[in-house]
Amino acid sequence: MPTDNDKNIQEIRKKIALNKLRDHLFWIIGLLSTLIGFVLLFTLIIDLFIDGFPRLGWQFFTSYPSRFPEKAGILSAWVGTILVMIVTAATAVPLGIAAGIYLEEYGKKNWLTHLIEINMNNLAGVPSIVYGLLALGLFVYFLKFGESILTGGLTLGLLILPMVVIATRESIRAIPNSIREASYALGATKWQTIKDHVLPYSFGGILTGVIIGLSRAIGETAPIITVGALTFIAFLPSSLITSEFPFLSFKWLMDPFTVMPIQMFNWISRPQTAFHINAAAAGIVLLLMTLFMNGFAIYLRYRFRKRIKW
Amino acid sequence: MAEMNSSVKIETRNLHLYYSSFHALKDINIAMKDRQITALIGPSGCGKSTFLRTLNRMNELIPNTRTEGRVMLDGEDIYQPTTDVVSLRKRVGMVFQRPNPFPKSIFENVAFGLRVLGIFSKREIEEKVEQSLKDAAIWPEVSDRLHRNALSLTLGQQQRLCIARVLAVEPEVVLMDEPCSALDPIATLKIEELMQELKKNYAIVIVTHNMQQAARTSDWTGFFLLGEMLEYAPTRDIFTRPKDKRTENYVTGRYG
Repeated sequence: MPTDNDKNIQEIRKKIALNKLRDHLFWIIGLLSTLIGFVLLFTLIIDLFIDGFPRLGWQFFTSYPSRFPEKAGILSAWVGTILVMIVTAATAVPLGIAAGIYLEEYGKKNWLTHLIEINMNNLAGVPSIVYGLLALGLFVYFLKFGESILTGGLTLGLLILPMVVIATRESIRAIPNSIREASYALGATKWQTIKDHVLPYSFGGILTGVIIGLSRAIGETAPIITVGALTFIAFLPSSLITSEFPFLSFKWLMDPFTVMPIQMFNWISRPQTAFHINAAAAGIVLLLMTLFMNGFAIYLRYRFRKRIKW
Repeated sequence: MAEMNSSVKIETRNLHLYYSSFHALKDINIAMKDRQITALIGPSGCGKSTFLRTLNRMNELIPNTRTEGRVMLDGEDIYQPTTDVVSLRKRVGMVFQRPNPFPKSIFENVAFGLRVLGIFSKREIEEKVEQSLKDAAIWPEVSDRLHRNALSLTLGQQQRLCIARVLAVEPEVVLMDEPCSALDPIATLKIEELMQELKKNYAIVIVTHNMQQAARTSDWTGFFLLGEMLEYAPTRDIFTRPKDKRTENYVTGRYG
């Protein structure tokens, strides 16, 4: 019957219209959610720049903190941040990569590696303050490293270790097994296979993970406060280079320190507005450091992806 | 084609293989001759690739694999606890189903095996790379772009590069696991011609799904079914007067 058929078509049309409406609705909701995040971040950054930008200058980078806001600078903070990051990278990178290689390539799949795996994934989600407490007990009190750059670096190294391990494992796993087989079939040992093939091909991914880990560590405040970084440091750590043989000194490892986020925290907790402006300026510097590192990670990922295609 | 008097290169005795509890190879006894091409045919999942991988112990890369019985290379069991797997794989090279060149330059693909052998002299490496590429009949196509990435080659060229990579290590046996299944007919023909050349110096064992390929290229053929080797004879006999009814059904295309 034609009337029945018409009815059917009308119903189907209605349904399609409804589906289209839902589609539009979801599009709007999605756009709004994205915009909220974006607008908020953008406002924050703009606000930071308006407050802090005029304060940025040569003097700001080369001065120690001071009682007078217009004389205060971030010299000890940015030097401290860089030194702490060096220690962090020097511990987390080799340990994390070695652990990742072990778990992917050497470790047999048994309950022990499973346990390590589960732990590793959970460790990545542990609040950073907990790492701070662990480090306070382990590095400061037990190993007696004191409230030093070494302690700070090791703490942050511990914090990003799971990230490095996970990034390493994921990049290693992305390498097709056929490549390993090709290498083994030529009579290569496990280590030759790893050194000449697995690591070079996964290098981009590993490096990306490392940089993202470091850019997280650079902004961490809580664990660093816990292990006792000072908020007012008016001197630089001992020099890396000495005039006497062997021309390198590691005394700086044991020196007290401060880092950028702590310097900011210190300034923001003062009543004078002028210090708040200093905090904003330091925030810009920290933000640029992080942005630069993330940008570098994206660039590396892009470059290595382009070079190796399976 | 089959010479009866040629010496035996690889021989298996009562070879069994288990993946966990799955009995993948059942009592394989085969004697494969030097400087001859042995083809292994059979339907998918019959164990022929698994068998091939027992010959250079690549099967051990799969967890929970257990092997029983003996595989004799030049009369010596390669499954003894004292066998050095790494040097075994230098003697028994392997070409895989899908071309798997390293994502490095053409030159580096071949040079890697040489470095694994402990050759580090730049001149020697250059000479051997060139020789291997010539032996694998790919030299004229790549001689002017040795430092281009191997993945820029066509699949057929990649497969010949993989053969060159194996030859550089100077093995005694070359195992080929369906080396042409990813290639077009012309590339396939090139590999088959190459096999006839290589046969002069190596024992070749090839797994193939392509019955014509087995008939065209091999001297001996083994027919595998459900983990057993039902028949092993000179290729002509397998294809003209098979003893087992199931072999006949398979080679005449009635199943599989």
